Amino acid sequence: MSVLAEFSKWLAATPLSHTIQTTSWMIPAIQTLHILGVAILFSSAVLVDLRVLRLLQRDVPMPEVTRRFLPVVWPILVVLLITGGLLIIGEPRRSLLNSTFYIKMALLALALLLTAGVQRFVVSPAARDAGRGRRIMAGAVASASLLVWCGILVAGRWIAYTQAG
Amino acid sequence: MQPLQALIAFAEDSSLAESIRENDILFPLLESIHVIAICLVVGSIFAVDLRLLGLAYIRQPLDRVTKGILPLTWCAFALALGSGGLLFISNASKYLENGYFVAKMLLICAAGVNMAMFHLIGAKDLPRWDGAALPPLPARLSGGISILLWIAVVACGRWIGFTMKVGT
Repeated sequence: MSVLAEFSKWLAATPLSHTIQTTSWMIPAIQTLHILGVAILFSSAVLVDLRVLRLLQRDVPMPEVTRRFLPVVWPILVVLLITGGLLIIGEPRRSLLNSTFYIKMALLALALLLTAGVQRFVVSPAARDAGRGRRIMAGAVASASLLVWCGILVAGRWIAYTQAG
Repeated sequence: MQPLQALIAFAEDSSLAESIRENDILFPLLESIHVIAICLVVGSIFAVDLRLLGLAYIRQPLDRVTKGILPLTWCAFALALGSGGLLFISNASKYLENGYFVAKMLLICAAGVNMAMFHLIGAKDLPRWDGAALPPLPARLSGGISILLWIAVVACGRWIGFTMKVGT
């Protein structure tokens, strides 16, 4: 048995896992919180990206938009890690033995890098009076961020369809 | 048979509904689009609601916040309606028998009524307080009710998945 399968088995035998498994409302309730967190995080990222691409809020100064929507990323991410962690503890095999889950985590890491990239190319003082090259770069980073965030949500949904039996 | 029931039965019997039912990829793909759309609807509405409650974005007039964000909300809502409609016709009669599905539809209608009430009552004197950090009570109530309704919509959506087995 692989280390991951071993670990999943151990995790599934913990009292916390047992509680989550045997209380019927627990998993849908945690998933609801998780989706609400995703909604806030994803919408914040999309609103910033659409502003960078000049598709929305064009009359609002860029720093105003990022100051509004980027700081929520970190506290919401903590909520997502806790609810996501509880879902893994409740059904370890569903994600830990599922390659879709690892794709989702890789995309998440990429999305956070791109968010940092938006910060660097758009928000930093040096980017204010940016040249053409810098603006194109910012647009590319924002477009990539939009795609990667959609990828995270698709992968999240697909975990349910690719779980180990 | 009532016209609406006939229409739903017709949609469920269509070859489009059959392909969504039978195809292994189509159903989860539509679900993915639906989740993306719902997340954008809920997340962007929360941003406007928090402004209505005077809890966020208070340095900007309400009018500017709604003009900047609601276009995204409406596009996403159209996408949610389209993808949700396709998911619905694939198993229409089973969805209609599901209490959480019916509750979800009623809650979305309630959110629509809440929005209409805001435009009719809360926003009547909007120009007078548009720039105020803290909007008057009726507007704050609309914002608070909206947040609660959309949380309930998401919860019902998730519970549908646990109370009926389709698409897998």
